[in-house]
Amino acid sequence: MIIRVEKGLRYSDVTPRADYVNRRRFLAGAIGLGSAAWAGTKLPGITKSRLSTDEKMTPYQDVTTYNNYYEFGTAKDAPAVNATAFRTSPWTVRIEGEVAKPQVLDLDAVMKMAPLEERIYRHRCVEAWSMVVPWIGFPLAALIQKMAPTSKAKYVAFETFFDSKQMPRAQYGGLPFPYVEGLRMDEAMHPLTLLCVGLYGETLPNQNGAPLRLVVPWKYGFKGIKSIARIRFTEKMPPSTWNLANAGEYGFYSNVNPSVDHPRWTQAKERRIGEFFKRDTVMFNGYGDQVAGLYSGMDLRKNY
Amino acid sequence: MRWGKVLAFTAGLAPLLYVAWLGFQQQLGANPIEYITHATGDWTLRFLVLTLAVTPLRKILGRPELAQYRRMSGLFAFFYGCLHLLTYVWLDKFFDVADIWKDVWKRPFITMGMLSLVVMVPLAVTSTAGWIRRMGGQRWRLLHRLVYVSAVAGCIHYYWLVKSDVRLPVVYGAITVLLLTWRVVNAKR
Repeated sequence: MIIRVEKGLRYSDVTPRADYVNRRRFLAGAIGLGSAAWAGTKLPGITKSRLSTDEKMTPYQDVTTYNNYYEFGTAKDAPAVNATAFRTSPWTVRIEGEVAKPQVLDLDAVMKMAPLEERIYRHRCVEAWSMVVPWIGFPLAALIQKMAPTSKAKYVAFETFFDSKQMPRAQYGGLPFPYVEGLRMDEAMHPLTLLCVGLYGETLPNQNGAPLRLVVPWKYGFKGIKSIARIRFTEKMPPSTWNLANAGEYGFYSNVNPSVDHPRWTQAKERRIGEFFKRDTVMFNGYGDQVAGLYSGMDLRKNY
Repeated sequence: MRWGKVLAFTAGLAPLLYVAWLGFQQQLGANPIEYITHATGDWTLRFLVLTLAVTPLRKILGRPELAQYRRMSGLFAFFYGCLHLLTYVWLDKFFDVADIWKDVWKRPFITMGMLSLVVMVPLAVTSTAGWIRRMGGQRWRLLHRLVYVSAVAGCIHYYWLVKSDVRLPVVYGAITVLLLTWRVVNAKR
């Protein structure tokens, strides 16, 4: 006679299969909701901006699958795949440094600071490709004015949220994280500088820097820091990540400039995504009329 | 033996057919030209490393018949290298010779890439049995050591062009160094 010994009960012995399958689905749904609730939600009441370009927009598919977001992998198509579970809600932004009242803002408070506008901007990457993107946001100046920086505040420093658990691929990126960027105060206050919360009429997809990013259309794309968690007003020029990684190739200003080559490739031309032939790159990415004055008297060869 | 070669030849063409198929399906991503540039470069380096691996594998595994695939592998490296160059000259520079010339001398990673491909030219030309006979085995083998230069230059080209994530170039470099070290150690014995 064979005596069978029970090795102990398993969940499946107690709970009917239908129930635990259901619970899994429920959990998956709840986790999905946490992130999906933000990305891709329609933004109501957006006004059009006269600062928009009328150039042909780059298709949504390309804008959202061709991204540099090294925390989620270094291949262009990696962030769209690897950032799907990134938690962007709840989200807070810490305001600190040379301001009247340092504080922690939650995302809702930021969103209500100013009316949202659609700004269709040219976007020029330092890698010599470009897009035209219908961003949604409001001028960074609106936030800065509300925060009342002190007279000592000469620069604005930004920091991307960083969590090695949610961003395990960051360790292979070859960059120091968290990602940091900065602007001079007059650049930050410029009406073109956009604090961005969406694109194509919806909240930002995770791979594009949800829930809150910077867009500075006359500078190379990497200046547009993603997923902002911290804004700090400083007296001294703050560090910026690509400059820390390779100072000879990436400067603090990083204005689009066809006459100053990247040491390894020319910046005279660019490939607009979706086009076969290359275009000539325009000084300040075509925004020279509005921003050239910020740099009068500066040697842009030295201050690249 | 015949079938082995047909199979190897088909396998060598497979990456090209795959990219062409993706292209027809419009599946090359947002920047198809960049995709093609990277794919042809990747396969050049892969075939170069594979070519270098044939002799060590043949000896370590005791499979002399592997030798017959060495030439084909080397020629595929040259083939993909030429496609890589064509992509650069045509789709990136649109035959702007002055600009290309400037690139070659001004940008070290382009210099290295060119070096890697240029030294493959005499190897491809003299890859036939007729040329081995004409040159004599001794001299032919000496000339074909240029493949070491090509592989090392190819790895440096890759290492110098990436922005910050150097994992893949380092892997190719490590395999190349390993295969060359094997040769040095075996030559001394």
